Amino acid sequence: MTLATLVGVNLRRRLRRTLLTVLGVAVAFFLFVMLRSVITTLNASAEMSSATRLVARNQIGIVFPLPISYGNRLRAVEGVTALTWANWFGGLYVDERNFFPQLAIDAESYLPLHPEVQVDAAQRQAFLADRTGALAARSLVERFGWRLGQTVTLRGTIFEGEHRFTLRGVFEPGSPGFDGVFFLHWKYLQERYRDAEYLQNVGWYILGIRNPADAPRIARAIDALYENSAAATRTETEQAFQHSFITMYGNVSLYLNLIGMAVVFAILLVAANTMAMSARERFAEIAVLKTLGFGDGTVLALVLAEAGAIAVAGLLLGLGGAGLLFNLRDLSFGGMIPGMSVAGETVALAAGIALLLALVSGAVPAWQSARLQVVQALRHVA
Amino acid sequence: MKIPLVYSLRSLLRRPATAAATAGGIALVVLTFVGMLALASGFRAAMIETGRPGNVTVLRAGSDSEMMSGLTREQAAIVRALPHLARAADGRPLLTGDVYVVATRERTDGSQAHVPVRGVSGEAFQVRDQVRIVAGRRFQPGRPEVIVGRGIAERIQGLGLGETVRFGQQDFTVVGHFTARGSAFESEVWGENEQMMAVFRGPFFQSLTFRLADPAAFDAVKHTLAADPRLGVDVYREADFFAGQSRLLTTVLRFLAVFVTSIMAVGAVFGAINTMDALVGYRTREVALLLTLGFRPRSVLAAFLFEALLLALVGGLAGVLLALPINGITTSTTNMQSFAEIVFQFRVTPAIVGTGLLFAATMGLLGGFLPARRASRQVIAAALRGE
Repeated sequence: MTLATLVGVNLRRRLRRTLLTVLGVAVAFFLFVMLRSVITTLNASAEMSSATRLVARNQIGIVFPLPISYGNRLRAVEGVTALTWANWFGGLYVDERNFFPQLAIDAESYLPLHPEVQVDAAQRQAFLADRTGALAARSLVERFGWRLGQTVTLRGTIFEGEHRFTLRGVFEPGSPGFDGVFFLHWKYLQERYRDAEYLQNVGWYILGIRNPADAPRIARAIDALYENSAAATRTETEQAFQHSFITMYGNVSLYLNLIGMAVVFAILLVAANTMAMSARERFAEIAVLKTLGFGDGTVLALVLAEAGAIAVAGLLLGLGGAGLLFNLRDLSFGGMIPGMSVAGETVALAAGIALLLALVSGAVPAWQSARLQVVQALRHVA
Repeated sequence: MKIPLVYSLRSLLRRPATAAATAGGIALVVLTFVGMLALASGFRAAMIETGRPGNVTVLRAGSDSEMMSGLTREQAAIVRALPHLARAADGRPLLTGDVYVVATRERTDGSQAHVPVRGVSGEAFQVRDQVRIVAGRRFQPGRPEVIVGRGIAERIQGLGLGETVRFGQQDFTVVGHFTARGSAFESEVWGENEQMMAVFRGPFFQSLTFRLADPAAFDAVKHTLAADPRLGVDVYREADFFAGQSRLLTTVLRFLAVFVTSIMAVGAVFGAINTMDALVGYRTREVALLLTLGFRPRSVLAAFLFEALLLALVGGLAGVLLALPINGITTSTTNMQSFAEIVFQFRVTPAIVGTGLLFAATMGLLGGFLPARRASRQVIAAALRGE
């Protein structure tokens, strides 16, 4: 009989307790992974944004536009290789709960500058050829069960009225920042609102630059150009631009981390308690083992192995559950955090906590067992 | 015959470490639950406080937030001419035409925030009489001056008294700080509407807010305005409007609170089952003895359930006590619906405390039921014999 068999038998003896403990540990890891993934997913969309693109927006605030007339001068700035622009559309699909980002883009210049928007050539052509066409991320199409060629009606909040778009293409987001996005033609808005004041303007400009190292210099040059005009600019890398959207939620990361810690600590308490109880019930047996000649080290290993088995089983179940959930459903918290996925770093962190859990919850009973006085313990057998 | 309650209490105290660990798990769940609900409740309270009873807010039809609205001076004049408006002593109607934008500013920690900037009419201080200047003075009409809500004055860079903030081409001097009973206005910068039109979006108001002479006239006013073909507006009670602006974030926060803590609770209930199971196990013979003495199985069930309940309530109470210090902590976030920074405080209300304790009690009863039933149903002879 090997030690492993002994551990197995011990775990099976009080099967309900073992299962409940494993499940308790599993839900803790499940929750921990979910909370961490919100943070890592938010950060990933910023970190994976391009270093060769700059974003120029109105210095006062993101809701203020920039004049369309800026385009030519921006293009002429030394080091700028490409230029495109976008507008926030802000339409409602059915109602407020179906939030997803909608961008009005100048498709002819936007798509070449954003290779992350991966769409096959035929669909791309179909989108380019149709002023009322739309291009949507795969996750979005699956979320609402759309089909190619279908009409998607959005109610404008900034651009008043009903807007009917034909879904011409489905793209794969090559970076999390593009997941869940819906593109429409800026030209469509321009035609529909020909004389409106807000179409003399664009939401923000996106500039392709030759060399990422030039980014600070180019950004300064652009901002200097418009420093004293009615619409001053604020130019930064796309990464910094994306990051500003995360920080605007304030202390979210801090709170999620605090909650994650509370979860982990609560389960540590509960699991450690269970293991301590199990060991206490078995003091007599451990005394027998010791009488038979098992050393203190072996007894310690036995108890720790049992704790380790429970921690690992819980870890795998919890991780598996979270992974499965992310794969089965497009979990995006109402479209606000598209592309949720479990980062490697989260898995490593969870594994570290499992190790800690095994050590902490095994430590007390292991220590008690190892220094057990055989005669004392056997007297309990009665 | 009932088993005395003190039996349950003494039984718990025989294994203090086990009991404490289990109660500790429950305490952490309740702490998290109360903390998250306090966040949601603080945010919602700040938004609701913003609206004053008897005030009516008018936006362009179809606008979800002030940001997307736009009303002309002509439209404002039509509303101002309504007979239902309350009037100041000098006969001027109590109405403010607000210019509303959000400006990007840096928080003191360097992160970006979207600070709401509101241009108001002189009557705004009577329409919204919860606004009090706590330092400095009001801005003067016709001058590039602003006052700043106390909530953001401390959290956003460059908003101290005497400092200047630049909007567009114009520098504004901060001449005062104000409070507004903890409402969202405390997260705003206020200046004169004419000044703000000039630097931001031209001669448009984003919203009109007025005081009704008779609050009961709301329906009549709403009907009159909605029927006027020159207007095309949505009419809200001010309080309803701001409550509506908080709906999305409140829902998200409450959902998160329930989602996260339910999952945590599952773990805690499993822990409680294990603990009670073990506690029942230690006392197999003792319980058999009780049954032999003539206590009914129902009494035994009740005694163990009470034990579990006690354990959970001690945990719940500890969790609530640990959560109390977060009451009043100030935090801020962006309200996605209005795209504006809002500063608010955690609020641990009696209702939240009650819900937390109820939650703990539920966990205790759920965790205690199976072990308690097992204890009450055991075969006496087998239990007394030993194993």
